[in-house]
Amino acid sequence: MITYPFTYKRAKSVDEAVALLSASPDGKLLAGGQTLIAAMKMRLANPSDLIDISGIKELSYIRGGAGAVAIGAATTHFEVSTSKEIAKAIPALAHVASVIGDPAVRHKGTLGGSVANNDPAADYPAAVLGLGATVKTNRRSIAADDFFQGMFATALEEGEIVTEISFPVPQKAAYKKFANPASRYAMAGVFVAKFADGIRVAVTGAGPCVFRVPEMEAALAKSFTPDAVAKIAVSADGLNSDIHGSAEYRANLVTVMAKRAVAEAA
Amino acid sequence: MTVVSMTVNGKPVSAETEDRTLLVYFLREQLRLTGTHIGCDTSQCGACVVHVDGKAVKSCSVFAVQAEGSQVTTIEGLAQDGKLHPVQEAFRDNHGLQCGFCTPGMIMTAVDMIRRKGVMDRETIRHELEGNICRCTGYVNIVSAIEDAAKRMNGEKAA
Repeated sequence: MITYPFTYKRAKSVDEAVALLSASPDGKLLAGGQTLIAAMKMRLANPSDLIDISGIKELSYIRGGAGAVAIGAATTHFEVSTSKEIAKAIPALAHVASVIGDPAVRHKGTLGGSVANNDPAADYPAAVLGLGATVKTNRRSIAADDFFQGMFATALEEGEIVTEISFPVPQKAAYKKFANPASRYAMAGVFVAKFADGIRVAVTGAGPCVFRVPEMEAALAKSFTPDAVAKIAVSADGLNSDIHGSAEYRANLVTVMAKRAVAEAA
Repeated sequence: MTVVSMTVNGKPVSAETEDRTLLVYFLREQLRLTGTHIGCDTSQCGACVVHVDGKAVKSCSVFAVQAEGSQVTTIEGLAQDGKLHPVQEAFRDNHGLQCGFCTPGMIMTAVDMIRRKGVMDRETIRHELEGNICRCTGYVNIVSAIEDAAKRMNGEKAA
């Protein structure tokens, strides 16, 4: 399959990427391209220019710090999944990166690209929301609770580029997903994190956008056990329904995955 | 049109191409390296896997211009001096193919996983093969071939 024509430009810095983007009539940022290029081949996207930010060195890093791990937006899933620093601080986050797509996809796909795209079935949004991470851009810092706004929709404005995501280190955390056997996207994926000041439960794949489950968070705050969430059902209203599974099926998967995540984290 | 330069199988190449040319088409149609296959063309099947700067990627999901200045290895670049790569040998010895269409991608994926993981158990090999689809073999002999190749390449006795 061949995309519509476009002009390719390689940015060497975030400033250069911003300038190239604003100078193009309908430009898009290209990071790993593992979603965007597929969409362009299907002719669902038709950017005038592609600004390649994957080679920007200032966007590729993993830094441990006081109570948080900061990851540059152009860091690949492979780098996150094999990072010793992340495996030590937040092993659940390394696990999330290790179950995205397949090895070849993980070699190209990036944290910033996944989060900015906000695919309803992507894995990273569950970790970002589940850990209450902070999304940093070339303009500001955005709390995860404010960042994800709907199907493929985020708080990002025109010309705004994700530069880093900072993940608070939890006491315990785990991610369990029920993967579609063909695409490996989450039919339902649940990220559970326990912090000194509370619990966060984030669900991807089941609805049009990643979401939290306050009833499960409250129950787990009282008792951090699989039994605490076993009887909590999310409503099937508004969940995804397609050839792979009905909304009711996905609602049930959320409870099952939540139980498994808590069992692993506890 | 853009002039793209890269090193393919150790040889410097340079060719004029459209920005929208995917790496797999650049390799197959401009360089005539047709060992890299196009299967699904949607980044699921893995028939198009090549190595860019030492890492396995799906060449149907990368533009040739993105590989500017890179070292690219295709299935044609594995055999050295007329001698098959140990992974190629192991696929032959273990009957790790039937029709052969997926084989170049399977072998490039296998070389990449062995480099990263060394000797693996069969479950790990199957997990690593998630992005490669074979419609003939049922995978059993592919897994055996990779298991065998990993042992050979890490100095253990061949099966």
